[in-house]
Amino acid sequence: MRQGERRLTVNGEPAAVSFAPYKTLLEVLREDLNLTGTKHGCELGECGACAVLVDGEPKLACLVLALDCQGRRVDTVEGLADGPKLHPLQAAFADLGAAQCGYCTPGILMTAKALLEKEPEPSRERIKEAISGNLCRCTGYQQIFEAIEGAAKRMRDEGSR
Amino acid sequence: MKVLGKPRRRVDGRAKVTGQTRFADDIALPRMLHMKLLRSPQPHALIESIDIAKAKAHPGVHLVLTGQDFPVTFGILPVSQDEYPLAPQHVRYVGDPVAAVVARDEQTAAEACDLMEVKYRPLQTISDPVEALQNPEPRIHAYSELGNIHRLQAFEFGDVDEALERADHVFEDLFFYEGNTHLPIEQHASVAAVDGEGKLTLWSSTQVPHYVHRSLARVLQLPASHIRVIATPNGGGFGGKCDVCNHEMVVGKAAILLGRPVKICLNREEVFYMHRGRHPVLMKFRTGVTKDGKLTGMHLQTLIDGGGYGSYGTASTFYTGALQTVTYEVPRYKFEAARVFTNKPPCGPKRGHGTPQPRFGQEVQLDKIAEKLAIDPAELRLNMVAKPNSLTANWLKIGSIGLEQCIRTVVERSAWKSRFRKLGPGRGLGLACGSYLCGAGLPIYFNKMPQSGVQLLVDRSGQVTAFCGATEIGQGSDDVLAAIIAEVLGIDPFDIRCVTGDTGITPVDLGSYSSRVTVMMGNAAIDASNKIKNLIAQATAEQLEVAPDKLVFANGRVAFDGRSVTFAEAVSFAEEKFGTLGALGSYKPPRAPGRYKGAGVGPSPAYSYTACVVEAEVDPATGWITVPKIWIAHDIGRTINPVLARGQVEGSVYMGLSEALMEEQVFRRLPPKLSRALVHKIPSLLEYKSLTSLDMPEVDTVLIEDPDPNCPFGAKEVGQGPLLPVMPAVANAIYDAVGVRIDELPITPDKVLRALELKAAGKTPRVGPTSFPAVPYPEPVIVPPPWEGGDGNAVKGHERTKLKVSAA
Repeated sequence: MRQGERRLTVNGEPAAVSFAPYKTLLEVLREDLNLTGTKHGCELGECGACAVLVDGEPKLACLVLALDCQGRRVDTVEGLADGPKLHPLQAAFADLGAAQCGYCTPGILMTAKALLEKEPEPSRERIKEAISGNLCRCTGYQQIFEAIEGAAKRMRDEGSR
Repeated sequence: MKVLGKPRRRVDGRAKVTGQTRFADDIALPRMLHMKLLRSPQPHALIESIDIAKAKAHPGVHLVLTGQDFPVTFGILPVSQDEYPLAPQHVRYVGDPVAAVVARDEQTAAEACDLMEVKYRPLQTISDPVEALQNPEPRIHAYSELGNIHRLQAFEFGDVDEALERADHVFEDLFFYEGNTHLPIEQHASVAAVDGEGKLTLWSSTQVPHYVHRSLARVLQLPASHIRVIATPNGGGFGGKCDVCNHEMVVGKAAILLGRPVKICLNREEVFYMHRGRHPVLMKFRTGVTKDGKLTGMHLQTLIDGGGYGSYGTASTFYTGALQTVTYEVPRYKFEAARVFTNKPPCGPKRGHGTPQPRFGQEVQLDKIAEKLAIDPAELRLNMVAKPNSLTANWLKIGSIGLEQCIRTVVERSAWKSRFRKLGPGRGLGLACGSYLCGAGLPIYFNKMPQSGVQLLVDRSGQVTAFCGATEIGQGSDDVLAAIIAEVLGIDPFDIRCVTGDTGITPVDLGSYSSRVTVMMGNAAIDASNKIKNLIAQATAEQLEVAPDKLVFANGRVAFDGRSVTFAEAVSFAEEKFGTLGALGSYKPPRAPGRYKGAGVGPSPAYSYTACVVEAEVDPATGWITVPKIWIAHDIGRTINPVLARGQVEGSVYMGLSEALMEEQVFRRLPPKLSRALVHKIPSLLEYKSLTSLDMPEVDTVLIEDPDPNCPFGAKEVGQGPLLPVMPAVANAIYDAVGVRIDELPITPDKVLRALELKAAGKTPRVGPTSFPAVPYPEPVIVPPPWEGGDGNAVKGHERTKLKVSAA
């Protein structure tokens, strides 16, 4: 490790990167690691567009210092697919109209992933609660709810096989 | 139909769920610098001096620009070229950009902005339309029509006073629609760079790359051929990215001066200042009806708060009146409008552009009319639906109209007849309708060229590449393009590559606004696809020894009677016979029948129609409104991709409900010791309230298909129309629930409580505007309606009555 470099684990891979200590995880992901899949809509913790998983928990990357993520596992939308195979959430979002402009989509996908890992069969109400911090201006949310439900079912079916 | 009407993943869907869609702020170029704008803290002032010395000397700063660097104005409409990229002298709202810093990073640029010293001489602030009418001076713009009135318009289609005298009842109602903003989750961003040949490229989150291209050429005084504007996929637009923006001009200039790429991304607060959103509109409706519920005439007056610049305002002003006639039979119609300048961020087009405000008033007034006449609100409307293939009083040509079926659908699915006025205290149903353009009939600047062009490139591999200037703002314009070409050529939409929104390599399309893309781009795509299909058919027919018109293009094959070749083989035959294959298609809307000055706003190739029923619950103790369910039916003509169409309808329902219940772009004055400046009350996503996933009701969506002959395969718009009936349906449902009229938006719990208190005190249970100021509307342009012997021309000149507006 060169001087000034810090070790993060992003999408399961070690990433050695130098950055100013005041930088947020959002900034380091987008600007230093070129992982621009994670979006920003306010950088004040209001919109949820920058949600990523830190140790499996959804966190707003604009409110987390990258320094605090050393030694922790960070997951972003870029790591969601398994090679060429889309994660069931990704496939359902694409097929069922849950991504219109696609800007809030990465944050909602990661938030939904955390939900489904804890609760494989969430009710509509639980889904609404889980993504209530993620603003979407395009869809009216209906197709997002349906996509999460569809993905949950597929994941349960695949898991029980 | 092989492709159209079948639910399908959108062609750009995979990129959107893998984080690969590249938005403007995702672009990073080698040696790229970053720009920040310094914005005015004064709502109305003259700049006395700007000291940039300290900012220039700040380490890491490469360039500082001020208004002195930009002598040329711009504006989206030719009639209001009233903005400077950076204000040289006169600032007109808190947030008006006055200087720019380009530095090694955003933080350094922001630090340098803080080092600039700007001396302002404050002018009197004009904060609302009443103040604008009372204070012709100081003028916000020298070019306004009268004092601080930006635009005055008046039209009369038949003698409305006579029509109201003849009516059994005349209803006079005032309504107010507060302004609100688009709130796209993506903040506006632009990257400018000079390429190897010294030419400028601008990547920008814009809905209108063609207009940005024209404005850049004008402002930077460069040949348009040396400028390329690439519209990156927009992270939501809703009209908020269809104006030309200051930062697009400034970042372009900076990249040229520095010879390095420069990026700017607005922060969330700045997006509220960029605005161009819904105009606040005060409305007065006088409507005459017969006792059996037929309209005899309507007189609409609007007073529109435009904010600090023209933007789309002249068009918005027309739109507050132009479409009141396309939904129901209105035999006579008078429309007077005034847009004033105020010291607030400029208003412009937001989803529905100028029409949701009067639609709210009209549909709530119809609810009042129905109650007074003891006619069911659905029956009242069914009895007056405009006729297909007809002309309106103001000379708009209606094609197909599926409104009757829309109304019947939502009435049936909501069990309206057994539930309206019968749900008991605190629960209610409300119904409303709407209609919208499928593309503005005229372009923003006068010309007779196509509004949309599509170029197809087809080669022996079977690959089809479609080039079009249309802009993907999330609505699915690329998917519409691919689907229509795929339908004509009988191939899979996923086998088509869409190259769109790039003025350097795509034919001109005017952009994603006025719900024009499906109809205009779609017709151009059919034109180009048919040309290619004919070439392929001729060549393949020779090979298969059949007549070209007997060939069927479907499922990736070209076939006749059991014999078939793959699409790629068929293309090879055509390439052999005709050489390299390509085709161009274009579309220009039909000429509108209106001939009077002002007839250019309102015409469209077709109109979409929507009906909506809202169920509401109101807690009489708190005024809290809950909406458990909404039924909506939209006449889409023909559905291209039902997944996306439903998304547009439900997204419109969401945005309409959010506007109905909470969204408002409002301002407050700072206390006297803090300059009394007029500032945005809530420039943050947290405080500007919008519906979340928890607030969103169940939506029952039905697409009604009444194909319109002017539209591609009959397909009309779906992006804006479904928003229109939602707000009035909410207001009407609240009346059904608790018997109070809230005649202004948003309908917040405090207004409901106030109305309930009035009701309890035996007073008129209504909250809303109570007076309409004297507006010096001009003498109207008189145009007889088609059924009164008119020919579409005005019968006398548009003579302005120049009334003196007295100073307060």
